Amino acid sequence: MSTTTSGLASAAPDHDITPTVRERGWKNAIIFAVLGLIAPLAFGLGSPAGATSTFEVTLPDAVLFIEPIGVPSQTAALALGLLCLALAGFAVFRELRGFRTPRTVAAVFGVAWVLSFLCWAVADKSISMVGLLQGSLLLAVPLVFGALSGVLSERAGVINIAIEGQLLAGAFLSAVVASVSDNVYLGLLAAPVAGLLIGLLLAVFTIRYVVDQIIVGVVLVVFVVGLTSFLYGRLLAPQADVFNTPETFSSIAIPLLSDIPLLGAVLFEQSIIVYLMYGAVALVHVAIFHTRWGLRVRSVGEHPQAADTVGINVYRTRFRQVALGGAMAGLGGAFFTLGQVGAFGEQMTSGKGFIALAAMIFGRHRPLGALGAALLFGFADNLQSYLSIIGTPIPSQFMLMVPYLVTVFAVAGLVGRHRPPAAIGRPYIKS
Amino acid sequence: MWREASALKLELRGITKRFGSLVANDSIDLSVEPGEIHCLLGENGAGKSTLMNVLYGLLQPDGGEIAVDGEPVRFGDPGDAMAAGIGMVHQHFMLVPVFTVAENVMLGNEHVRAGGFLDRARARREVSEMSSRYGLDVDPDALVEDLPVGVQQRVEIIKALVRDARVLILDEPTAVLTPQETNELMEVMRQLTESGTSIVFITHKLREVKAVADRITVIRLGKVVATTSPDASESELASMMVGRDVSLSLDKEAAQPGEATFSVRDLCVVDDRGQLVVDHLSLDVRRGEIMAVAGVQGNGQTELVEALMGLQERVTGSAVLEGHELVGRSTRQVLDAGVGYVPEDRKVDGLVPTFSVAENLVLDLHEKRPYAAGPSYRPAVVREKAAELVREFDVRTSSVDTLVSTLSGGNQQKVVVAREMSRPLKLFIAAQPTRGLDVGSIEFVHRRILEERDRGNPVLIVSTELDEVYALADRIAVMYRGQVVGIVGPDTPRDDMGLMMAGVPLQHAASGQPDARSDSAGGAP
Amino acid sequence: MSLVRDLRSRALSGGGALLTVLALVLALLISAVLIVFSDPDVLEALPYFFAYPPDTFAAMWESVSSAYWALFTGSIVDPGAQSVRGFFAPLSETLVNATPLIAAGLAFGLPFRTGLFYIGGEGAIVLGAICAGYVGFAWDLPIVIHLLVAVAAGLLGGAVWGGIPGLLKARTGAHEVITTIMLNYVALYLIAYLLTTSAFQRPGRSDPISPVIDASAQMPALVPGLRVHVGLVFVLIAAGVVSWLLTRSTLGFRLRAVGSNPDAARNAGMGVGRSYVEVMLIAGALAGLAGAVEALGTQRTLTGGISAGLGFDAITVALLGRSRPLGTVLAGLLFGALRAGGIDMQAETGTPVDIILVVQSLVVLFIAAPPLVKSVFRVRAVEADGLAPATKGSSL
Repeated sequence: MSTTTSGLASAAPDHDITPTVRERGWKNAIIFAVLGLIAPLAFGLGSPAGATSTFEVTLPDAVLFIEPIGVPSQTAALALGLLCLALAGFAVFRELRGFRTPRTVAAVFGVAWVLSFLCWAVADKSISMVGLLQGSLLLAVPLVFGALSGVLSERAGVINIAIEGQLLAGAFLSAVVASVSDNVYLGLLAAPVAGLLIGLLLAVFTIRYVVDQIIVGVVLVVFVVGLTSFLYGRLLAPQADVFNTPETFSSIAIPLLSDIPLLGAVLFEQSIIVYLMYGAVALVHVAIFHTRWGLRVRSVGEHPQAADTVGINVYRTRFRQVALGGAMAGLGGAFFTLGQVGAFGEQMTSGKGFIALAAMIFGRHRPLGALGAALLFGFADNLQSYLSIIGTPIPSQFMLMVPYLVTVFAVAGLVGRHRPPAAIGRPYIKS
Repeated sequence: MWREASALKLELRGITKRFGSLVANDSIDLSVEPGEIHCLLGENGAGKSTLMNVLYGLLQPDGGEIAVDGEPVRFGDPGDAMAAGIGMVHQHFMLVPVFTVAENVMLGNEHVRAGGFLDRARARREVSEMSSRYGLDVDPDALVEDLPVGVQQRVEIIKALVRDARVLILDEPTAVLTPQETNELMEVMRQLTESGTSIVFITHKLREVKAVADRITVIRLGKVVATTSPDASESELASMMVGRDVSLSLDKEAAQPGEATFSVRDLCVVDDRGQLVVDHLSLDVRRGEIMAVAGVQGNGQTELVEALMGLQERVTGSAVLEGHELVGRSTRQVLDAGVGYVPEDRKVDGLVPTFSVAENLVLDLHEKRPYAAGPSYRPAVVREKAAELVREFDVRTSSVDTLVSTLSGGNQQKVVVAREMSRPLKLFIAAQPTRGLDVGSIEFVHRRILEERDRGNPVLIVSTELDEVYALADRIAVMYRGQVVGIVGPDTPRDDMGLMMAGVPLQHAASGQPDARSDSAGGAP
Repeated sequence: MSLVRDLRSRALSGGGALLTVLALVLALLISAVLIVFSDPDVLEALPYFFAYPPDTFAAMWESVSSAYWALFTGSIVDPGAQSVRGFFAPLSETLVNATPLIAAGLAFGLPFRTGLFYIGGEGAIVLGAICAGYVGFAWDLPIVIHLLVAVAAGLLGGAVWGGIPGLLKARTGAHEVITTIMLNYVALYLIAYLLTTSAFQRPGRSDPISPVIDASAQMPALVPGLRVHVGLVFVLIAAGVVSWLLTRSTLGFRLRAVGSNPDAARNAGMGVGRSYVEVMLIAGALAGLAGAVEALGTQRTLTGGISAGLGFDAITVALLGRSRPLGTVLAGLLFGALRAGGIDMQAETGTPVDIILVVQSLVVLFIAAPPLVKSVFRVRAVEADGLAPATKGSSL
């Protein structure tokens, strides 16, 4: 038998390569189906009949005060749940036929699902949406700075596992400087310097001495934890009045914007660090994707040799990006001490740097994506503390696991595919 | 804006470059006159690329100097070289796959508006202009990773041209092209020289040198052995390049094919990106014949071999070796079925660099007796066997305990070939078996492959080098976009082959050629 | 002068041992500077440094010497002790601290040789402690058997926790650094939750603490009256097994091949995914062993802080030990000594024990960058070893 028939062969020139086979369709379909079923069945039918869920959408002293909204728990949870189910059905149908679920559909699904959950969780109780969202934003702040730090260095091809250490260093130094100088703004200036120093260490060891990036990152975290805890025990704790009583930033309400119901109080009645965060996200986004600087940084992270052959100094670019990333995370560290607590505590970042890393990955190495992921994680975290206060059937520890589990699922490719910069983790050695 | 290039005379004077004890370039002199095509001819490892990297500022010479229009210059980095009017198209393209063509072209040479914002419109315009000027046909907004290699090469050329390159270095540019594309490239080269650009054309292919060169410099072992004109015959050039008389074709007996013991039917492979890269491919290989799969790189040959070896996940269809199905089997099972496999890139796919020669020689057998006893590994037995193979395959190594990464490319490949031939085989598969090797090693590997054929095994070779295909093949399957365009005999003219590599089936490609050829070559069990 | 330099350079180029010593010296020097300049007495003496320098120097000397002397007497021997037992008590403390460090260090080192960064020791330690501890206080088994079953449970718990990221890596390519770090936190919340349940919480207590491990499941002391316990033996056996595995087994051959070049390993018919799962199962079990010896031998109860950062500490141990079993044992002993001495140092001189984290991390950074140590000590030719980046690079 002739192995290649002329029929097959003559078809070759005008035979286009078959379009992308939708691989993860079934995975997404399963996720949608499961979540879509949980909402009406567990939340809808699980809510006690006759109970009311109350949502406060403004603060009591708001200019435009709106009465708390009370809804019948079961009906609302069920209605929202059925909406989820319908959207899920649509998504499953599309996914199985090889189409992507539109983002808007996914977003509406997510919001409806969370609201359905809330109706169930706060049955016969009241929850302040302002507090819930405000707290979520605050919890997200260090994550956003940390994730931006990751974006800055990883876009240039250097893995930044040391975010945790940079946050901690920033928190520490800002507290000490603000306390000693009695000037909270000096403290804010000191924070990126601390992060920068850790970033420089990371850069020196990974770029100059070509030590593995993950190793240096991990060891630097140990280093900063040791150093700050040592100095805390030696100086900050015994002489707290000198070293560890920084002022904190008070919140600044932006005129008009802060009067918008719900979102105004959440977004525009915040401390200066939060406003810096908005600026940082916008700046990094624009710079990475629309400027010469960003194009060069990305080329170094994707194909350093190509960058080198067009005259871009790979080492210098990486060095700068890692240092810059360190400064960014250091600035975020100030939020712990100057933005919230008003004092430094041992290991007070408690793994936030690693969640920030996760937020960056979940956000696909994009500033806006990282912002979204950080807000999501912040929401899960804050929801947990709210629910444990008002008392719900789910143990708070399980709610606390959510960001970590979501991240595991995310990197396992169950929630969207992600392609990191191609040269990440690889030292550049001129050949 | 692009200016008309003013001519430039380039001289390399006594360039020396050492890597440790190895002298890669030994006081090399080379001068490139304005508007000439200067061929740099040498075998793999002769030092051509090193020299060009020195010229392009990627490496610093240990001695000698570079002069532009008579003035000595120093290139600290590629930026300096570019500023002096030197552009380079690397053998491995220096393009960022996830960037668009325009982004790649402007990288490092960006036009910006106030605030550092990229002027993308202008970059697009430049690409379009340059592309129409030289008939290059490149879409500025296409993502580079979506483009075929031939187009990527044109992007590289545009990249150099928008930087006002007046000397363009082309490093082994034809390795990834079909013969027709090679001709088109030569046409572009001639056009460029007409506008005053000079070209340094690096290659080891004599035919191309003859076709296009104005002058030829031959290097061997890091030294210039001759500067000559294209009037020199191919065999003269070859002996200059290798340093001894070489036969340009491999002496081989005619094949004595038996029955087809290996047949592939309707094989399909979907890659990581979800593309169908092998598309309902069918072919048979008979005992005692070499079937070569030819084609431009990236047309599914790699995936075909990987699929046969159980290295691809999404495979449908069948591949039957002496009655045993290979599709759906693990690599271990495929190897156990009697398949010997020399992978495409020995460093990446074939060897464990931190292992000794001995350990690499039993990479696939370490779990089997006598190299293992239960869960224990027996290094002494392994070393004994390794010593035997090293002798038999003439691997030049100080001992079997030497790290394999310290061997030369040719000896590394011999380790791989020795390993894969040390098992009882029913099928031998080799992908790019001689890529990057010197002539001596190429001859050795080719001879071993022929011996395997003459032992009566079916042999499947994948090669993008047409010379190799012609040298080894008893039958040639040409692959294009995952399909076999046709199966032909080794007497098929290069031009026909080229058209087939571009996807044109034979009866269209060679009107007037007897149709019977494809039938007779089709092979029937 | 030149002779000294020559000796130094020859010793340095001779291998890792002197490099390690120099790195340790350098780390201790830097830490000494930290200790000095954070000492309240020194800070007090500093302002009139120029008026009366001896005061400052005296304070400095006092600060460092007392701290490092306490470090020594807390980890090696105590010359001031009243009894032989008391004289050797510090050594026992060193061994107690080294025991889990070695086990968890092996848990990092073995996957590292396979090209994986197992940052998940912490989580597997917790799971190991949970499982071993639960069997230890909740089950009723005969002596010896109870201990062995409890240890086995710890190994199993750790193996499961290590196996998950291994499986995810093999199946989906999920990067183990991310998954293991995340699972660390999941494990910490898991134990926090469990210790609020009736199955785990000690009756009559409201704080998160488990019942005391049954006497039959406790690791007996090696020397009566000292704290060093049988856990050390378990851990040394584990080190021996890992050593055999790496050098003399077909599994080790495969793991090393996969670690050095997964593509070549795959082409040679080795199951790369399978190797990842296997090595992570073993690594998890080793970390689980660390959790088990902590729960059954040292702490003899479960608390939320059972792992206490051990997972990260252990990474520095493995790195200092070049990811080799013997090296890990020695590095574990060194850092165990620092830890034991550090606790004494804190108690006696008020120098926070956290300084040893600084020492540990600096030592590792220095040995990872021999040229840096070289330039500090002005010698030539030091070979980099063990910490070169993975050949394939890693991507997150």
